[in-house]
Amino acid sequence: MKILVGYKRVVDYNVRIQVKSDGSGVVTDGVKLSANPFDDIALEEALRLREKGVAEEVIVVGIGPADLTAHLRNGLAMGANRAIHVVTTDAVQPLTAARVFLKLIEKEQPGLFIVGKQAIDDDANQTGQMLAALWDRPQATFAGKIDVSIESGATGKVTVTREVDAGLEVIEAELPAVITTDLRLNEPRFIKLPDIMKAKSKPIDSIEFASLGVEAHDHLKTTHYAAPAKRSKGVMVKDAAELVAVLKQKGLL
Amino acid sequence: MSERETMEYDVIVVGAGPAGLSFAIRLKQLKPEITVCVIEKASTIGAQILSGAVIEPQPLDALLPGWRDNPPPICVPAGEDEFWLLSKEGGRKLPVPPGMRNHGNFIVSLGALCAWLAPQAEALGVDVFPGFAAADTIFNQDGSVAGVSIGDMGVAKDGSHKTGYTQGIDIKAKVTVLAEGARGSLTKQLIKRFELDKGKDPQGYSIGIKELWQLPAGRGTSGKIVHSFGWPADSHTYGGSFIYHLDGDRVALGYVSGLDYSDPDYKPWEAFQQWKNHPSLKPLLDGGEILSAGARAIVTGGYQSLPNVEMPGALLIGDTAGLLNVPKVKGTHQAIKSGMLAAEHLVANDLKSAGFNAKLRASDVMAELKKVRNIKPAFKKGLWFGLMNAAWETVLNGASPWTLKNKADWSSLHKLGAQEEPKRDYVQRTLAPRDRLAGVYFAATEHDEDQPIHLHVSDTSICVTQCAEEYGNPCTRFCPASVYEIVDDAAGKRLQINAANCVHCKTCDIKDPYQIINWVTPEGGSGPNYQNM
Repeated sequence: MKILVGYKRVVDYNVRIQVKSDGSGVVTDGVKLSANPFDDIALEEALRLREKGVAEEVIVVGIGPADLTAHLRNGLAMGANRAIHVVTTDAVQPLTAARVFLKLIEKEQPGLFIVGKQAIDDDANQTGQMLAALWDRPQATFAGKIDVSIESGATGKVTVTREVDAGLEVIEAELPAVITTDLRLNEPRFIKLPDIMKAKSKPIDSIEFASLGVEAHDHLKTTHYAAPAKRSKGVMVKDAAELVAVLKQKGLL
Repeated sequence: MSERETMEYDVIVVGAGPAGLSFAIRLKQLKPEITVCVIEKASTIGAQILSGAVIEPQPLDALLPGWRDNPPPICVPAGEDEFWLLSKEGGRKLPVPPGMRNHGNFIVSLGALCAWLAPQAEALGVDVFPGFAAADTIFNQDGSVAGVSIGDMGVAKDGSHKTGYTQGIDIKAKVTVLAEGARGSLTKQLIKRFELDKGKDPQGYSIGIKELWQLPAGRGTSGKIVHSFGWPADSHTYGGSFIYHLDGDRVALGYVSGLDYSDPDYKPWEAFQQWKNHPSLKPLLDGGEILSAGARAIVTGGYQSLPNVEMPGALLIGDTAGLLNVPKVKGTHQAIKSGMLAAEHLVANDLKSAGFNAKLRASDVMAELKKVRNIKPAFKKGLWFGLMNAAWETVLNGASPWTLKNKADWSSLHKLGAQEEPKRDYVQRTLAPRDRLAGVYFAATEHDEDQPIHLHVSDTSICVTQCAEEYGNPCTRFCPASVYEIVDDAAGKRLQINAANCVHCKTCDIKDPYQIINWVTPEGGSGPNYQNM
């Protein structure tokens, strides 16, 4: 069985996000970019399934500009067998991403498509679900535990423990399926230096976005970006009675 | 423990700063078949580089002809220079000293410049590995340097192995090039082991604390360069500031305090914040916001403190050797030149380090340091003596028949109450950040909390007894990131090390009066994540 892993590059979680002064977006020049942490978890899980003998091949897929290859190389250094790079300089919205992934699925015929439950840049939490609908296959979102039993090739069952508001939910799905990963599924491995060298000779398939025949108009329109309002200065109150009075005055009690 | 995995290169470079990257680029230009790798502890290239920085472009012209057509992302031609002597309420504009005239130079972000150099090195076949910290040096049987060990990943605070534990590897090379920047942790060990400082003055340092600000639109003067001295420093503390106007209403500003200060109560971070509130500067910053902030030790010992820069199997370049030019407040051009010189030496000498020390000392890198050798040490005798001496040395172009001595920074602290310390005439501050912790936020520093503390204090019993009495725990004041705290809880008074706050400036390793703090590399990728610093 093959596993496809959606592997997005985002502004690193350590970076303090700055909104551009004209409100058209966030500053990405000179800003550290790295893998979406949820996608790192997705890749780690795929690698573990391969190590367990459930899968034979793990393929990382990314959509983005030419320099995305450095990011995909990191995925290869972590252990993916090969990468697919869909080349575009445009920003990609969730539905477009799902359509691209569907095209790659049609070509590769994987048993599992694993991707982070959301990316930490737009936090959309949509791509996995949309992909499952387009593909017309089962989805198991917010996975905290994954067990796969293979019957033959890419057919079999996957048992997923989901992290939901009420606690944990265990569901079973027929393969092939889409899984989106949550934070507690695993802890991604450290990349080893010799593996960075090995990754240099692993193949990255480059596909022009236009050649996929995917409709790419913008489904979402961003009106503007703004930083959260600054907290205004507090007031000091003498005692509990005054605090209650102030809260009442503000209509909060 | 299992046998460590090993990789082999002809040359390994420790540190992807301007020296290390220039070295690697030059080496590949001269002899492409030499294999070379550069390892860097920061998670990405440039993330732990902090500098002013105004640079002299000539060494870049020599290294990368044509770089001006493809300049680094922040590269503003130097405009007008100003030089001020500040008092608390005002100041006086002075003639700009010759070393500080910047016509023809460029204001850059050194971090962004390194991030721009790295892919050019990679294009020549250099393997650049960010996120890997050189934890130790390894040696051959004959005692020569054999390479470095990369630190293990996934070690818990108590030393046990966490689930993701990954053993580091050893990288062996015919020659190891140390380009760690000021007070490199491996360089420190090697200087001791090979007695590289024998017959030399102790090395001297300053601490530079810097912030990058975004000003309201239209307030910046792209290219303007302002240096000052005087307030808030007293006349016996070496202190000075810089304001560099970048493009897009961004300004880089910083305050440098000589670590040879003597008042145990002195707080370099507070001095920086005080200076920001000076009436000449506050109106510039008011209403702006901080983009990034951090601190780094600067090497200032110069000519008389320069160690032997070669040892069997290894050599030192850039600031880890100690090549910064203090009166010019510049080290990048020296770093690049020394890197290129080292590459040329190794290629001409079959990768043997022997002879590099003589070569460097005969070069214009050293001639430049010799000229200015007496300027910084004279400030130890007070500001006015220092200035007059600086004028004298400048007129003579360094031809004085004497060389002033440097003393070790850690030895310069007065004991508490030993003598009257200057009264610091400080103001009520209003500009951000409020305190050091609020400032550290802008360094985006990150260390996995569950890893061994990378600040080794060999004897913590001194802290609450001898040091508390003699110096009042200066570590709690000289650290710009509030790493050191004396806490008093159920377990009694003790030193608490908040290692996760560390911005890797190395000040504690330098200034601790008992020399019991040893800064070692944390897990690779840990530490500050500076943006455009």
